[in-house]
Amino acid sequence: MINHIYQLINPGIISAKYDDISLDEGVIIRPEYMAVCHADQRYYMGKRDAKILKKKLPMALIHECSGEVAFDSTKTYTAGQKVVLIPNVPSGISASEMYENYGKNVKFLSSGHDGFMREFVNLPADRVVPFNNISSSLASISEFVSVAVHAANRFSKCSHALRNKIGIWGDGSLSFVLANVLKETFPDSKIAVIGKNRSKLMQFIFVDETHTADNIPHDFEVDHAFECAGGEGSYYAIDDIIRYINPQGSVMLMGVSENKIAVNTRDILEKGLTFVGSSRSGREDFVKAIKIMEISKVQKRLGSIIHEDKKVRSIKDIHRVFATDLNTPFKTVFKWDM
Amino acid sequence: MIFGAIVAGGIGTRMSISDIPKQFMMLGNKPIIIHTIEKFILCTKLDYIFVGVHKDWTAYMENLLDKYSLDRNKVFIAEGGKDRNSTIFNIISAIEKTHGESTDHIIVTHDCVRPFVSIRIINENIDCALKYGACNTAIHSVDTIVVSEDGDSISDIPDRRRMFLGQTPQSFNMSELKKLYSELTEEEKNILTDACKIFYLRNKPVKIVAGDISNIKITTVSDYKMAQAIVGGKLFD
Repeated sequence: MINHIYQLINPGIISAKYDDISLDEGVIIRPEYMAVCHADQRYYMGKRDAKILKKKLPMALIHECSGEVAFDSTKTYTAGQKVVLIPNVPSGISASEMYENYGKNVKFLSSGHDGFMREFVNLPADRVVPFNNISSSLASISEFVSVAVHAANRFSKCSHALRNKIGIWGDGSLSFVLANVLKETFPDSKIAVIGKNRSKLMQFIFVDETHTADNIPHDFEVDHAFECAGGEGSYYAIDDIIRYINPQGSVMLMGVSENKIAVNTRDILEKGLTFVGSSRSGREDFVKAIKIMEISKVQKRLGSIIHEDKKVRSIKDIHRVFATDLNTPFKTVFKWDM
Repeated sequence: MIFGAIVAGGIGTRMSISDIPKQFMMLGNKPIIIHTIEKFILCTKLDYIFVGVHKDWTAYMENLLDKYSLDRNKVFIAEGGKDRNSTIFNIISAIEKTHGESTDHIIVTHDCVRPFVSIRIINENIDCALKYGACNTAIHSVDTIVVSEDGDSISDIPDRRRMFLGQTPQSFNMSELKKLYSELTEEEKNILTDACKIFYLRNKPVKIVAGDISNIKITTVSDYKMAQAIVGGKLFD
């Protein structure tokens, strides 16, 4: 079968490529809804280092996607079954102590390999997770939710058990999703969110407290913290975290920064803090993410940070989606009809 | 029920590259017709797929379906007719023999030598045929169309903005297609170039489904070379 693949060949330029795929290559999925990630937008806008762009392009963008099984030669799923797609492709060498998403030779679809902007996507059966009772539109952000689940899971294993208050620095989509995941995973902990944008913070109505970064109370303290600011904001967020966190707290770093960041190591040492980098996710995180997303109140909250753009039927529409995404405060999702 | 009908009744070998009909020639790693059938298999809205093949080539087609392990509970072979429309009606007969007549049956007819058809086009054909009874895939003409009655000089140059180029699939309500065809005169039947015209001649609306420039029909040597180049296949000179 000749598959249509829509690749970014240069920043702002999408081109169709045609590839033969066999029906016996695992599970063949028809993508239904997709969500735009900042990483896709950075490639699309050419905001990555020129050497990186040269190395990774051309490739199809998008790694957040829900779809429908069109054909499954492994007989694991039935045609028409709703699934979410896992962009992480493990190297095949697994060690029980290692998470699949940190493997040395792991591949990630939409980072050097074609992402999900394809007519059909063929994946091994273990790279697909079925779902029910979630709309396909919402299910498209399951990868995003799984990243938060992964961080929460690592946090539960590496942090000390005194978790009266957990702080989240950042007021964007990642913080919002993480706050939901932490609320479900650690129901006895208080969640505080620190951000810059007052109107965005108002969306976090379900957490215990919110503060703007320029107005944090003097006596404010957290036992542990998650950094979700990313970019230029990472420096200020990490600096604040070191100031307000209690001794021996764990700091989960989740925000991506293109530039190197100065860190106050003196106070890290003095307080005995633990810093953990957390990125991407694996199959078990997707399975947990789907479970959390099946909870009705979580669905309602996540629905409030989704902007559904018009469907994509042409390359022109792909350009429209990336333009729309620049003007939406949270997540842009769209129906894929190419 | 919704049926795919892949029209492959031709035995033309005018490519002069091969002695076999063009639909059986290799495109990349498999025959053109297999690519086309596989795309139809991936359409979950289609219940069954019938392939209309010239009687001299049905055994060959059977072997191909087995060789490429295509689901024989979903894909069936019907004997082709003397032209495109008679192949379609042979397929309709084969469908009704096994699934009965119904005013709800939809048939999605497609040229076997258009393997680049997209799932979007197939799905929109089905939706459109269910809603309106008949539809034709077409794209805007980028070239100016000129009309010549005698083949020697131009008799008309229609406004290009109103000109479309027909592609396939063409999809229909099956019982309506049969009924309208039976009402045509022999003279009308003789000038039929495609099935949509059956509806057009009886003033029945035929909706347009947006096609795609990539949905090419592989009929000439240059089409074939271009198709091979697109999929990175081996070129023959």
